[in-house]
Amino acid sequence: MNTEISRRRILQMLSVCGLTLALPGMSARAASRRREERPKSLITLWMNGGMSQLETWDPHPGTPTGGEVKEINTSAKDMRISEMLPQLAEQMHLCTLIRSLTSKEGDHERGSAFVKTGYRPEPTLKYPTLGAIAAHELPDARIEIPQHVALAPSGFVTPEGGYLGNEWDAFRVFSPGDGLSNLKSFVSKERQTDRLKGLSVVSKQFEFNRQFGTTRTLHQNTLDRALTMMSSEQLKAFELDAEPAAVKKTYGDTSFGKGCLVARRLVEVGVRSIEVNLSGFDTHVSNHEGHITQTKILDPAIATLLKELKERDLLDSTIVLCMSEFGRTPSINPAGGRDHWPNWFSCMIAGGGFREGTVIGATPSDLPKQSSNMQMMAGGKTIGPEDPIQVPELYATIMAAMGIDARKEIMTPIGRPIRFADATPSARLLKEEVAAKVVQS
Amino acid sequence: MRAIIVLFAVSVVILALKVVEVAGRIDHRPAPPAAVAAEQQLKDSVSRLNAEFQKQWQAENVRPAAFADDLTVLRRLSLALFGTVPSLEDIRRFEADEQPDRIDRWVVDMLKDSRYSDYFAERLARSLVGVEGGPFIIFRRDRMTAWLADQLRKDASWSEMTKELIAAEGLWTDSPAANFITIARQDDETINVNKLAGRSVRTFLGQRIDCAQCHDHPFDQQWKQHHFEELAAFFCQAGVTFGGVTDSRLDDKKQKVVYKVVDPGKEESEARIIPEAVPFNSEWLPAEGGLRHRLAEWITHKDNRRYERAIANRVWGFMFGKPLHDPVDDLPHPVEGEQDALDILGQEFRARGDRLSVLIRMIALSDTFRLSSESSATDESEYQTQVDAWSTFPLVRLRPEQVIGSLFQAAHIRTIDQNSNLIARAQKFGNENDFLNEYGDMGDDELLQQVGTIPQALLRMNGRFSSELSKAELLTAAGQILDFSPNEEAVVENSYLTCLARRPSDEEKEYFVAMLDKTYEAAAKKREASPGAPEMDPKPDRSRAEVVQDIFWTLFNSPEFSWNH
Repeated sequence: MNTEISRRRILQMLSVCGLTLALPGMSARAASRRREERPKSLITLWMNGGMSQLETWDPHPGTPTGGEVKEINTSAKDMRISEMLPQLAEQMHLCTLIRSLTSKEGDHERGSAFVKTGYRPEPTLKYPTLGAIAAHELPDARIEIPQHVALAPSGFVTPEGGYLGNEWDAFRVFSPGDGLSNLKSFVSKERQTDRLKGLSVVSKQFEFNRQFGTTRTLHQNTLDRALTMMSSEQLKAFELDAEPAAVKKTYGDTSFGKGCLVARRLVEVGVRSIEVNLSGFDTHVSNHEGHITQTKILDPAIATLLKELKERDLLDSTIVLCMSEFGRTPSINPAGGRDHWPNWFSCMIAGGGFREGTVIGATPSDLPKQSSNMQMMAGGKTIGPEDPIQVPELYATIMAAMGIDARKEIMTPIGRPIRFADATPSARLLKEEVAAKVVQS
Repeated sequence: MRAIIVLFAVSVVILALKVVEVAGRIDHRPAPPAAVAAEQQLKDSVSRLNAEFQKQWQAENVRPAAFADDLTVLRRLSLALFGTVPSLEDIRRFEADEQPDRIDRWVVDMLKDSRYSDYFAERLARSLVGVEGGPFIIFRRDRMTAWLADQLRKDASWSEMTKELIAAEGLWTDSPAANFITIARQDDETINVNKLAGRSVRTFLGQRIDCAQCHDHPFDQQWKQHHFEELAAFFCQAGVTFGGVTDSRLDDKKQKVVYKVVDPGKEESEARIIPEAVPFNSEWLPAEGGLRHRLAEWITHKDNRRYERAIANRVWGFMFGKPLHDPVDDLPHPVEGEQDALDILGQEFRARGDRLSVLIRMIALSDTFRLSSESSATDESEYQTQVDAWSTFPLVRLRPEQVIGSLFQAAHIRTIDQNSNLIARAQKFGNENDFLNEYGDMGDDELLQQVGTIPQALLRMNGRFSSELSKAELLTAAGQILDFSPNEEAVVENSYLTCLARRPSDEEKEYFVAMLDKTYEAAAKKREASPGAPEMDPKPDRSRAEVVQDIFWTLFNSPEFSWNH
């Protein structure tokens, strides 16, 4: 039995049922537009568990904090990163490295909430994550699939709409590249048509004298969008069948590698925010070996992603951000591990007008004098990196680069107006010509 | 050898028959009480509550909606107290009950049902310990919830429960209330006193002072940062040891711990010592006893109006899906000499031993709970005024576990509870979590008003749950309705009652009966009745079983199914 429902059929069905669907004309690939006329997308590569800056972006070999790791030259002048990222080293001329992010949250859940939203978590209000804000602020009527997608999500904080509402939560795809669940009807198209007709009869009955209340529930709107998605050509962006085997191989046959490839395909369709999750960084034991394992997954995927976005002329319109809820301690514990370290940590950012081949901030090579890491995690101590960048400042800059007003205030459910980012954009993170346009002095 | 095989086959058959027999067993549920005892009557206080809303409606010049029919009220009660729609079995019993005070008697009966204590315990647990996993081993959510359910079954006093929670001592396993404290233990083995102070004030006093942890409350002049710190100090001696939660933590010099705050940028040696203190009415604070014990006595003090108002607002939220004051834990300060609906509820609650059952019954019997969700409003702002004044019943999205609970209940004719058949219970138990994972949980913010999401719509339409539960099989509602309804109109009506707890309108009945008239079976019947008659046009392409499955699918996916109304 053919369970596929054609797009035309759906539209016929909907018009039969008297359902409304405002569908503007759509070009199947928004990617036919390039560079600046193209709305910006954001890919966040989330290193779940707390990636060590010392084994990746900010190695200090031969120093008391360095551990066993060695550093290598990169394609960017005067920028050296860990030997564990050899493929990425060849793409670093595209990237800005920030080695001086700071946080006061040394717990996974709280740290993730802070780094994903730019606000310290509060018990009484949930903040939206950066990706949700981007999807909310930059809608695109041509996109029939979710604008905010989480690939292989398993972090402590799933990208979510927070006070913007759960319709902005990320659409979760647990096994990227292996198709999506719940998108095919169990019955023939004839029966599906009849079911939807029946549904309009039942809905009409309920809407009688409840038109104001039912409109607010967005039930019909959500249903319409789900039906549109079920028949959308754009769903193919979630599939990898059309990708050459060689391409898939360079990303790596891992959930994260497939996630990065799906992310590129989603960007090509015009999806606004995508998070790809890689778990396994919480290396309290055997930190060095743990990071060898993790970077074997990360390195090929991220390097290929950057290379492909550049080759396809999509990097100017796509921000790729690789970050983690915190870094790991300068000292190595007796189990050969590094513990949680929010005081300074690194992130990598590329594309979308950010500077290329640049390093911001620097961290000490000496072991901090404080006796206990715990004390430092409790916050309050004033030791820190050179030229610190605050997470809210980074987010205000990303928003500016994407064309989002970071100072816009939203009235939250608890009656408090709150800005998207509690900071001003930082021109030094952006290319000069971009900064001149988007950052008000 | 053959004898063994035969014996084995025979025993398998007997076992199978036994399973079917047990599965289909008819339990005669006891009828609700014939009357509510005179001393339990709440008529006076319910009248006062009604008068309070009448007064408000007059002042705001809004006309209340008409009363909803009793079946709609039964659905609301069942969703609030059991987390499911009522079963067809219960609907039939309810409709057959023609004695006076039907709703009150039914509520009294429902409060004795373990579905109520189990479900309400889950919901209360969220406000007490949130939904986080909590520290490994020393936090046992299941124990906490089982204890709450047990207390609710005994109709225990909320203030006694509150005291046990705040002042809990002992092991998280045999003193389940201690989990209220253990969830706040941090990695460095100390207790997060800020978390406990913030949560206690939110849950038990209905006020948010969490922001005062770092600075004076920006909008509420009454809450200063020192208030928060002084409240947090009550938890400073709590500790978790191998023996469980204690209230006698000692410092390095074997002295009782005092609460110290190190301000940002300051050294440990510059810490401020914070003595415990309450923000108002310190005369309620007992002089003697452990710190947490004294705080608990102050919070639950009989003159502390915030305490009864907070729980009245929360129970209101559980009943309507929307608290009287939203957010549920951000109540205005009570005003001396004035009283509102929360006070009226709270006074009766206090007068009758601080029992949640009193709040539930008063709300269930009030006019507001019985109003229709249909509105006479002619524009959006008029509707908003009515919603704000509670002169129409609010439309509220069902919680995820109410959706799955309703799906399972609607897939069966009989009530699914601890007495129901093994297959239904196993099916519910095995599937509930899968569904919740996919549908998404609402977390601590369970009374936050949210709309549905696309993944939820997809799951309802195309997920295996709605496919399996709508199938017309031997033991499913769809199958039994098909087999036992006397005619096609009854098939449609029974399906509606089972899924939506209402009867279909004429238009709806006509539409679905017409579908049932276009099946293979209908065509065969027609041929039998008049052999020479022309074939049906178009030719039927589905069976009655498929049409009933379609009806169930349609009702499961209707807005009415996933909203309280």
